[in-house]
Amino acid sequence: MRSGERDFSRNPLRLDGMDKILGRTPYLDDLHLRDPDLLFAATVRTTLPGGVLEGIDFGGGTDWSDMTVVTARDIPGTNAVRLLENDQPVLVEREFRHAGEAAVLLAHPDRRRLRKALLQVRLAERPAGVPVFTIEAALQGQAETIPGNTYTEYRLEKSGPRQETGHPDTVIAVEVETPSQEQLYIEPQGMVARLAPDGVVRVEGSMQCPYYVLDALVQCLGLPASRIQVVQTATGGGFGGKEDFPSVIACHAALLALRAGGRPVRLVLDRAEDLRVTPKRHPSRSRVRLAATPEGRLQSVAFDFDLDGGAYRTLSPVVLSRGVIHAPGPYRCPDVRVTGRAVFTSHPPFGAFRGFGAPQSIFAMEVAMDRLASRLEMDPAEFRRKNLLCPGDTGPTGDIAGEDTHARKALDVALERSGYARRRTEHEAWNRAGGPTRRGIGLATFCHGAGFTGNGETHLASRVTLAATAEGKVELLVSNTEIGQGAATTLVQVAAEALGIPMDLVVFGPVDTARVPNSGPTVASRTCMVVGKLLEKAARRFLEQLPPAGGKGNAPGRPDFQEACRKLHALGGAGEVTETYAAPPGPAWDEKTFQGRAYASYAWAAYVAEVEVDLVTFETRILHFTAVQEIGHAVNPQIALGQIEGGIVQGIGWALLENVVWNGSGVMANDRLATYIIPTSADIDGIDVILLEEGQGAGPRGAKGIGELPMDGPAPAIANAVRHALGVDVDRLPLTPEYLHARLAEQQEVHSWLSK
Amino acid sequence: MTEWRRPRHLREALELLGESPDRYRIVAGGTDVMVERHLHPENAPAGWLDISGLSELRGIARLETGELRVGAMTPLSAVREDAAVRESWPLLAASAAVTGAPAIQNRATLGGNICNASPAADNPPVLLAYGAEIEIASAGGVRRIPYSAFHAGYRRTVLGQGEMVTGLWLKPVPRGSRQYFRKVGTRAAQAITKVGLAAVVPFGPDGTVRGARFGFSSVAETPCLARTTAAALEGRSPLAVPSGEIGALLEQDIAPISDLRSTGAYRRQVAARLVREALQAGHFQ
Amino acid sequence: MAVEMTINGLPCRSTADPACRLLDVLREEFGLPGTKEGCGEGECGACAVLVDGQLANSCLVPVGQLEGAAVTTIEGIPANSPVAQAFLACGATQCGICTPGMVMATVALLQDNPRCTREDVRRGLSGNLCRCTGYARIYEAVLQAAGDLPHD
Ligand SMILES: Cc1cc2nc3c(=O)[nH]c(=O)nc-3n(C[C@@H](O)[C@@H](O)[C@H](O)COP(=O)(O)OP(=O)(O)OC[C@H]3O[C@@H](n4cnc5c(N)ncnc54)[C@H](O)[C@@H]3O)c2cc1C
Ligand code: FES
Ligand code: FES
Repeated sequence: MRSGERDFSRNPLRLDGMDKILGRTPYLDDLHLRDPDLLFAATVRTTLPGGVLEGIDFGGGTDWSDMTVVTARDIPGTNAVRLLENDQPVLVEREFRHAGEAAVLLAHPDRRRLRKALLQVRLAERPAGVPVFTIEAALQGQAETIPGNTYTEYRLEKSGPRQETGHPDTVIAVEVETPSQEQLYIEPQGMVARLAPDGVVRVEGSMQCPYYVLDALVQCLGLPASRIQVVQTATGGGFGGKEDFPSVIACHAALLALRAGGRPVRLVLDRAEDLRVTPKRHPSRSRVRLAATPEGRLQSVAFDFDLDGGAYRTLSPVVLSRGVIHAPGPYRCPDVRVTGRAVFTSHPPFGAFRGFGAPQSIFAMEVAMDRLASRLEMDPAEFRRKNLLCPGDTGPTGDIAGEDTHARKALDVALERSGYARRRTEHEAWNRAGGPTRRGIGLATFCHGAGFTGNGETHLASRVTLAATAEGKVELLVSNTEIGQGAATTLVQVAAEALGIPMDLVVFGPVDTARVPNSGPTVASRTCMVVGKLLEKAARRFLEQLPPAGGKGNAPGRPDFQEACRKLHALGGAGEVTETYAAPPGPAWDEKTFQGRAYASYAWAAYVAEVEVDLVTFETRILHFTAVQEIGHAVNPQIALGQIEGGIVQGIGWALLENVVWNGSGVMANDRLATYIIPTSADIDGIDVILLEEGQGAGPRGAKGIGELPMDGPAPAIANAVRHALGVDVDRLPLTPEYLHARLAEQQEVHSWLSK
Repeated sequence: MTEWRRPRHLREALELLGESPDRYRIVAGGTDVMVERHLHPENAPAGWLDISGLSELRGIARLETGELRVGAMTPLSAVREDAAVRESWPLLAASAAVTGAPAIQNRATLGGNICNASPAADNPPVLLAYGAEIEIASAGGVRRIPYSAFHAGYRRTVLGQGEMVTGLWLKPVPRGSRQYFRKVGTRAAQAITKVGLAAVVPFGPDGTVRGARFGFSSVAETPCLARTTAAALEGRSPLAVPSGEIGALLEQDIAPISDLRSTGAYRRQVAARLVREALQAGHFQ
Repeated sequence: MAVEMTINGLPCRSTADPACRLLDVLREEFGLPGTKEGCGEGECGACAVLVDGQLANSCLVPVGQLEGAAVTTIEGIPANSPVAQAFLACGATQCGICTPGMVMATVALLQDNPRCTREDVRRGLSGNLCRCTGYARIYEAVLQAAGDLPHD
């Protein structure tokens, strides 16, 4: 299955498609446009990279009498954003750790008055300690904000018998860095909060994880969950960026609403503020040492993997664990040691972004693999092929690779499809001819585990509900959000198929915590695979519950089915079916040793990039991109292609264009779309995506999660292609013309010095 | 409510400007002004002088003298599509076509692009390379000066109080001239220029360079001509000039800096390579 | 000062501050929220509309300039138009926030260049950022719509 020649019978149209195309889907910003009660809100933020807030001066130039003002003192519950640890305040009280922390919240019906007031408030900030802005500085421990400036340290260790060849191993050592990356969802983050007449605090907005928001509100407002309602509005992109931060905005908006006597408060970040303060991809530093036998069998992987966590812990430990587990790649290797650390720095906290730590470590590993292949004088494809995991091999976490290990197949298809060998020769001939450009082809082979890491899914114990409606349809109640990835279509598809009914008899319920059970967050490529599977199971039980009109087992006719649903609906709650996640059999996960089954399923992929570098300007252009992945089963191939293409383009952006530049306070300096550069259509031509479906994944019909996978491969494939084109080792991203220019100059200096 | 004036005739606009020059901010296509207004709403002027209704400022005309006049209010999409421009001043069509994206080109005007006076603007290098003249009007009358004298410093022009730009004048390019334009931007489209070069290289009968002009963007505080470089090339064969020499000459013409988009070192190096490319082969995107 | 124009063919009279952005006038004064704001500085194209048939980013257009203008917004595009149908069939929308602008850019592109090539599409849409799709499905949709448009 590839782009271009598609089988449309499996591709029902997106259910949310036409409304989005015609601009009829209401996003948060489109609601309440003419609500006379609405208050607009703004946030006063710290400007120093850590310090003490000694006072707040509200300034005399504004009439404060009708302004709603909230500070830390007004927080009825706990002043901490609920996540892994309560280290991040909802509002700064005294100590703060980074520039851009919220200290004062303002709301007013008139936007102009609000803006004026915002400019009036002065925070008296006293600097404390020396800020640290890099992993290096943090680990040197000049100024320790937390012990060792390290949030978490993980070790993955596996040792087994090495292959004795009687020859010394070939060894290479590589150090690479990757920068932060901004999710750049086109809809900025925002929430509207109000106190409903029944005493319920109702918060709606753009988000991935309604129950995270609910939990955060419970803690911050000190109210029982029964008095809080969280509703997801149409979400204009997330990519991880709307995983944890919506909790912060929701708390802010709710605090203001309570302070304003329950009036609706709209807190929407403007683009620059969104870029400056919301979490982005963790910058990373990897030091990789690989050894292989002279015939090219990997003998050891030693990997130090450090992530810049920013000023609060937030999600860093989980991002780190995924990065650590993915670091050794899909390779067979007897001796693997990965040490991962997430460190404190004075940047705003980093967070979730598609791939969640894996793109960083995979980049380093794949770059190292190419360098080792060169050292071995082997073709990078051949070298990989020798080492890719096959069914029955022991993987890096000590788990036995299952029958669904299709790493080699992905590689073989990618090599064939891209004409790898031929193109490699052609590019080398082109380069020898000495024209104004250089061409190269590069490869990355990788896998991505879907669902929560380790025992995460078991702890989550997700629940889904199917309910019959008065209209004789089945309503699907989950807390998973449609954020563009197509969940509102694919989950309906899965349920309809399992129920044996047409899709129009299944309704995707409102994502409203007052209605839906907690089926977990919309993260980690888990929705279709884990939640889809739960729905499949729930559907089976639902069919059993249907009153006789529906018949048992054999597919009922449409009128009968609808009639049966209506009857079931009449029973009320008793007619609902709720299914709870249960861990599948398999080796357990040991969080201390990082051994065991890390993920329910891995998708396997091989990406091939062909590039052309202009020697006048050092600009890199993608000539061709081939992406082959084995994803178990594509519930909706068209949606799956869209996910993969979109992820690849984000990966291309990370590889070539996107660069978060920090100002002196550790905050994003290029805080505009004019200065943070993502790919446009002019930058992107055809991407050849091939889906392999072997049907052995943990999801419906053997599907595997795919959301994050495509982010992993482009950067290393491109870096390896650039290396092939120019003959220079690259040690960071993005591969901007400026970087390549500097790198070539350095390399030439080294060469001319060596040849003296 | 701010004051909004939208005169129908140039005379009326010039009188308004003449009466209270400090009061009005001119708005043409609005693509710079509206961004600034969004980012810094507190800097709004007392009044806006919207010149989009002035038909005298719109349109492109080729005169019998062979000269071309482009009205200041002509949108870049019209510049890009104009037959005379494409035929005889192709670099201007090329620069207009890479100024932002189509939606920008439909509103952004040539006059606005130069009056905004950004060193990174894409059309100024072309106007410099063509040796354009700029037509400036006030209630007191009209003057025409070389465009190369228009930019006075970082984001400053020689426009005096009560003056506005009404048009640009281009002379025919000597036959057989090599014409070159290249924008090196932050990405393939809708990009701010990191280094840009427009060059017109006429040749004498002996094949040597005669009166070349190299207009640059983003390598100094204003769009600029590489005068020293051009002078040193005069009378020489284009292929006889070694790269190293070009780089050394350019040092006297440009002063690139490092900023959010690029580095001084890169700009310096690429500027020299673009000149070399221009000398070797005509080419426009 | 009031500005008279047509929006999707209907005569409208805006009494907003003339320096106000067309984007806000559409959304707040006329209740047409289909036009989206992604950046407010002309970069993303989510706010694209047609002004006298030409593509424009409504966040950059002061309403004071629109006396007598004909504005077309996404609300003026029917569901059965070839562009909307092709976007649906090709899966060219994901989160949807860029889509109204993308549709308007496509309408403008096909109007000027009904026989556009893939290259033309890539250039024509280059002012409309999409972070979800990677553009591939959008190219397909535009080319399909071009094929479905009546050629004269
Ligand atoms: C998303 C985006 C992308 C862009 N990309 C590029 C690009 O790639 N390359 C590039 O060069 N530019 C780019 N620009 C800027 C470009 O659009 C402007 O420089 C445009 O050409 C200005 O013309 P305007 O008519 O819109 O000017 P306005 O915004 O109306 O005015 C600009 C300035 O000039 C003054 N002014 C305008 N006309 C006159 C006149 N006749 N006499 C005196 N003063 C006058 C105004 O008072 C104002 O100070 C981009 C802008 C945006 C928003
Ligand atoms: S909102 Fe107008 S271009 Fe982004
Ligand atoms: S569909 Fe989400 S930005 Fe385009």
